[in-house]
Amino acid sequence: MTDMSQPAYVRRALVEPEPPPLPGGDALTWTRARLFDGVFNTVLTIVSGVLIVVVVWPAVKFLLIDAVWTGSSRADCLPETVGREVGACWPFVRAKFAQFMYGFYPASEHWRVNLTYALGATLLVPLLVPRAPHKALNAILFFGAFPVVAFFLLVGGLFGLPHVETRLWGGLLVTLVISFTGIIFSLPLGIVLALGRRSELPIVRTASIVFIEFWRGVPLITVLFFATYMLPFFLPGHWKIDGLLRVLIGVVLFAGAYMAEVVRGGLQAMPRGQYEAAMALGLGYWRIMGFVILPQALRLVIPGIVNSFIALFKDTTLVLIVAIFDLLGQLRAAFADPAWATPVTLFTGFAFAGMIYFLVSFGMSRYALSMERRLNTGRPR
Amino acid sequence: MSDGGQGKGAGGSTRHIVLDMRTTENEIAIEIIGLDKWFGSFHVLRGVDLKVMRGERVVICGPSGSGKSTLLRCINRIEDWQRGRVIVDGMELTEDLKKIDEVRREVGMVFQQFNLFPHLTVLDNCTLAPIWVRKLPKKEADEVARHFLERVRIPEQADKYPAQLSGGQQQRVAIARALCMQPKIMLFDEPTSALDPEMVKEVLDTMVGLALDGMTMVVVSHEMGFARQVANRMVLMDAGQIIEMNEPEAFFNHPRHERTKLFLSQILH
Repeated sequence: MTDMSQPAYVRRALVEPEPPPLPGGDALTWTRARLFDGVFNTVLTIVSGVLIVVVVWPAVKFLLIDAVWTGSSRADCLPETVGREVGACWPFVRAKFAQFMYGFYPASEHWRVNLTYALGATLLVPLLVPRAPHKALNAILFFGAFPVVAFFLLVGGLFGLPHVETRLWGGLLVTLVISFTGIIFSLPLGIVLALGRRSELPIVRTASIVFIEFWRGVPLITVLFFATYMLPFFLPGHWKIDGLLRVLIGVVLFAGAYMAEVVRGGLQAMPRGQYEAAMALGLGYWRIMGFVILPQALRLVIPGIVNSFIALFKDTTLVLIVAIFDLLGQLRAAFADPAWATPVTLFTGFAFAGMIYFLVSFGMSRYALSMERRLNTGRPR
Repeated sequence: MSDGGQGKGAGGSTRHIVLDMRTTENEIAIEIIGLDKWFGSFHVLRGVDLKVMRGERVVICGPSGSGKSTLLRCINRIEDWQRGRVIVDGMELTEDLKKIDEVRREVGMVFQQFNLFPHLTVLDNCTLAPIWVRKLPKKEADEVARHFLERVRIPEQADKYPAQLSGGQQQRVAIARALCMQPKIMLFDEPTSALDPEMVKEVLDTMVGLALDGMTMVVVSHEMGFARQVANRMVLMDAGQIIEMNEPEAFFNHPRHERTKLFLSQILH
């Protein structure tokens, strides 16, 4: 019921907009509001605090405070010699650094690996910085020319460069080669498979489904194992495919199948109206996909794509089982060296590898986040 | 531009503008013969026949689910059908993809939900098809786009993204985007149904301007004021069939079919 005693109301003056009140207060108010607001939040704050102390403090103590920084042999990292509790044994990492980075790549040829890294970085950094000019040319150089140049630089056998067998490759080099190849080939493959799976042509669709389901149905370890040990039996005797290449192909096909499903998710999220509007303008299938659907669909699934990239990067460690020694493989090999056998060698090595994996993965994740934000220009929240 | 002033005037005193009801030429623009379509087992179009002359403006109305949008979407074959023929601009639409693309180049379409491409600026929305379908050089396509954005009276929004515009502005961009292909026929699928009431007029004004220029238009709409003002012919559809078709004057004032009387009484209050 309306309250009849309320008189009619007519606004006489319009209220001008004001700036919002400042979020305020001193440190104490802030602390109380953010950390100790109610029983539950107080308990959460305390538990989190305890966790931080329990986890972070020993880590800092091990990695930095108690760590041994200089030395030339295992003796320098033994508590008996040092005369105190010993944390990380960094001289071990320094001594094995070349092995971690290059594997058994000949020391005289290390410059080729470094040059490849430098080339890659010079092309990648401007590609990642939104403001840098000539994006198209940059992308062509990085995705098209760089892999070819890198291939000849690393493999050699041309232009007077001695041939270096891939059996000698190892460490971070192998990790990066596998991840980079996997990343730049799995995305296009995934896009093609996703489009194929949604195609109206029955043969294309069936082939895509079979391909995707097959590669998703087998574990990566099986794929690697098969590619390395079984495939030679099926190929004619004179056929020899390089061991690393076989692994690379396996990884790309495997990652491509996963990528296809991520991309398909994005395609399915696109409203029908976008297809219809593009069709009504007379655009053909490839232009509709290339200019209208894929740019939006891929944007939607950036988190999923990056998720797959990170998973792929970490899955490269599985190549160890087919006797390819990536970063983790070289690490394990180095543990076996009696010259550096100390109680802390294992922890130091894993801490070092963990930091590298974390830096790369976290870097990808943060970059993807910033890209998502940038691409959202002009879209409603 | 001749329509700018007239368009505004038209909006101000909607009922008084009388358009030339004769069509400019005696040429058939669209011919639909015995069209039947099913969605699954649902018979959505039941033997529809419709002929639209060049320069004619046909407004289709009818209750929801009557098949009017589906009929419209058959004209550029965004929907296909099971039986019947559709001939647009002298070309019969068949399975032949080349023919379909050729027809779509000549037929612009405006949707209820605008369907602008959200990742492209207004200008890029307008130049995409002219560049890739009409093969215009980028510079020329830009000029064409700016010309038509001017015409729908939002030239200043060219570099914004669709989400930064109001609904009415978005729909006007959608109209400009279709016009940039310089089509011979324009199809409108409930162009004002998704708009706030305050924005309906700006879109209708734009459409009146187009009508004044002699564009062949097929419009699915319930804007009866607009229909009275621009239509040469009114079509009422129900249950997948054309129930009544007549000149607007007779259609509104002396509807003959009971269904038409009921429908008009419900929407004209």
